[in-house]
Amino acid sequence: MIGFVLRRLAQSVFVMLAVSLLAFAMFHYVGDPVEVMVGQETSIEDRERLREQLGLNDPVLTQYARFLGDLVTGNFGFSYRTRQPIGEMILSRMPATLELGFVSLLISLIIGIPAGIFTALRSGGLAAQTILVTTLVGISIPTFVIGLFLIYLFGVQLGWLPTYGRGDVVEIGWWKTSFASWSGLRALILPAITLGVYQLTLTMRLVRSEMQDVMNTDFIKFAIARGIDYRSVHYRHALRNSMVPVITIIGLQFGGIIAFSIVTESVFQWPGMGLLFLDSIRFVDIPVLSVYLVLIALIFVVINLIVDILYFVIDPRVRLKPEAG
Amino acid sequence: MLTWWRRVRVENEMLYLFLRRPVAQLAALAAFLSIMGALFAPLITPSNPYDLASFDILDSFLPPAWSDGGDPRFIIGTDDQGRDLYSSILYGTRLSLLIGLCSVAFAAVLGTALGVAAGYFGGRFDAVVMRIADVQLSLPAILTALLVDGVARGLLPRQQHEELLLVVLTVAIALSLWVDFARTARASTFVERNKEYVQAAEIMGLHPIRIMAVAILPNILGPLMVIGTVDLAVAILLEATLSFLGVGVPADQPSLGTLIDTGKDYMFSGEWWIVIFPAAMLISMIIAVNLLGDFFRAVLNPRLR
Repeated sequence: MIGFVLRRLAQSVFVMLAVSLLAFAMFHYVGDPVEVMVGQETSIEDRERLREQLGLNDPVLTQYARFLGDLVTGNFGFSYRTRQPIGEMILSRMPATLELGFVSLLISLIIGIPAGIFTALRSGGLAAQTILVTTLVGISIPTFVIGLFLIYLFGVQLGWLPTYGRGDVVEIGWWKTSFASWSGLRALILPAITLGVYQLTLTMRLVRSEMQDVMNTDFIKFAIARGIDYRSVHYRHALRNSMVPVITIIGLQFGGIIAFSIVTESVFQWPGMGLLFLDSIRFVDIPVLSVYLVLIALIFVVINLIVDILYFVIDPRVRLKPEAG
Repeated sequence: MLTWWRRVRVENEMLYLFLRRPVAQLAALAAFLSIMGALFAPLITPSNPYDLASFDILDSFLPPAWSDGGDPRFIIGTDDQGRDLYSSILYGTRLSLLIGLCSVAFAAVLGTALGVAAGYFGGRFDAVVMRIADVQLSLPAILTALLVDGVARGLLPRQQHEELLLVVLTVAIALSLWVDFARTARASTFVERNKEYVQAAEIMGLHPIRIMAVAILPNILGPLMVIGTVDLAVAILLEATLSFLGVGVPADQPSLGTLIDTGKDYMFSGEWWIVIFPAAMLISMIIAVNLLGDFFRAVLNPRLR
């Protein structure tokens, strides 16, 4: 157990080091921080002094070490565009994205898992076939088109729901939440559905194929042959065994949701990290981009790590299987 | 002789399954029509949407020809610039397909080469490739594509960036897709590596590159083809998304995503056709490719039939 965790931990640290190296390379080689910070009339000597002050004349390795140290201690530097500390910028945007992501994940699980079970058990039926065709369509419609369609239908034609922004937010400490007010909750509905549809179809298809795989195994056939009633076979034996891979994907999905929220946030002008990221790309605000990169990778890596460890705890087969690759 | 016979059987089997599946036929037809439309766009459209002289701002916001105020010159209406929407859509499809196919081809070559080599040689090379893949996998495709684009924007001078935009976009999408190919190719190569025919080739003293390219590669093409089809849908989707976000194709060469992005501003004021038709084209193209992917998967995996 400990060996496994340590090995996975080492792997995660390696990934983070590689990503931070990438982020550093971006920061270091794309654009010149001094050019961005000074005005036209700054003399060459002043520029050189600033360069020296910022430590840009140090060896690259020293600079990378400093960059790493800054990241670890949470000193993320300043944005080229707004001159604000990046840590604050991202932190103030984070609750919006996390809340949006959380609700979409919830939607995708609450609908996706039962729908997956249903289509696996009744794979021949008309209802199941209809659901399957719908998911294929769902997977093929780009997120932004879904968002536009929802805005058009519920925002413009019916006028039921707000189409942009977060509504009224309530501050709990530094965390601004939309859960605590009626208008905030209403504003959350359309973006959350938009972001959730794609994940929902993924969840459903995955649960379905896992469930079908398990239903084909000998122990299920044997259970049916023993005359155990179908309900019990389906839900106690099959479902439990097909949930293990599902956990992995759910973990991975959350990272995907955070990344895909870039699109949804742009459609709904949702003031989260994704919108910040897009603005930073347009203005080539490299420091923000590199910190965002590291942050997303960190979220991914941590979730992956947790998922793998959970896997290890839940599924004894993983423990017995020799390390592959 | 034997491989020739085997190939024919596989091809016949595929044809047989294809003929039994109307959905797959429909998808193939849709894909075929999209490709033809894209290929022959200049021949079958009344105007060239990239040519500023060919359209007139006075023709802007014309509805489809069959509705009130429509102009028979513009079958499905015009956009905010007075461009013929039908022509724009075919040219846009052309661009979307071109970028999609190029980026998948690039990703396939890169990913397959690395994957097969990693699977064949194993050891340290394998470890390095797979760790890089891990890093890549910790960044979702859309993020990778956006980042590559952002970096290119910072590195290249503005003028040059405009010119290279299509290349940057293709590379950005390809870099976010190669891992799929690499992992699949590696896993399949692992299986093939220990089979007799590979061992025979090794004993004959063939060069490893030759073994990989001539012996192993043809035998692992199946799963790679499935990945390729699925990734083509993803690539088209990514391109549309990036263009929609305004970091994709140049503004004077609209792709389907750009058209939807322009159209969305007019959706609320009643000019629905500007956004609906490009969106319908984009979605049907992706659905067709996804259905074909499903078909290939079913053909290769007898359990799914």
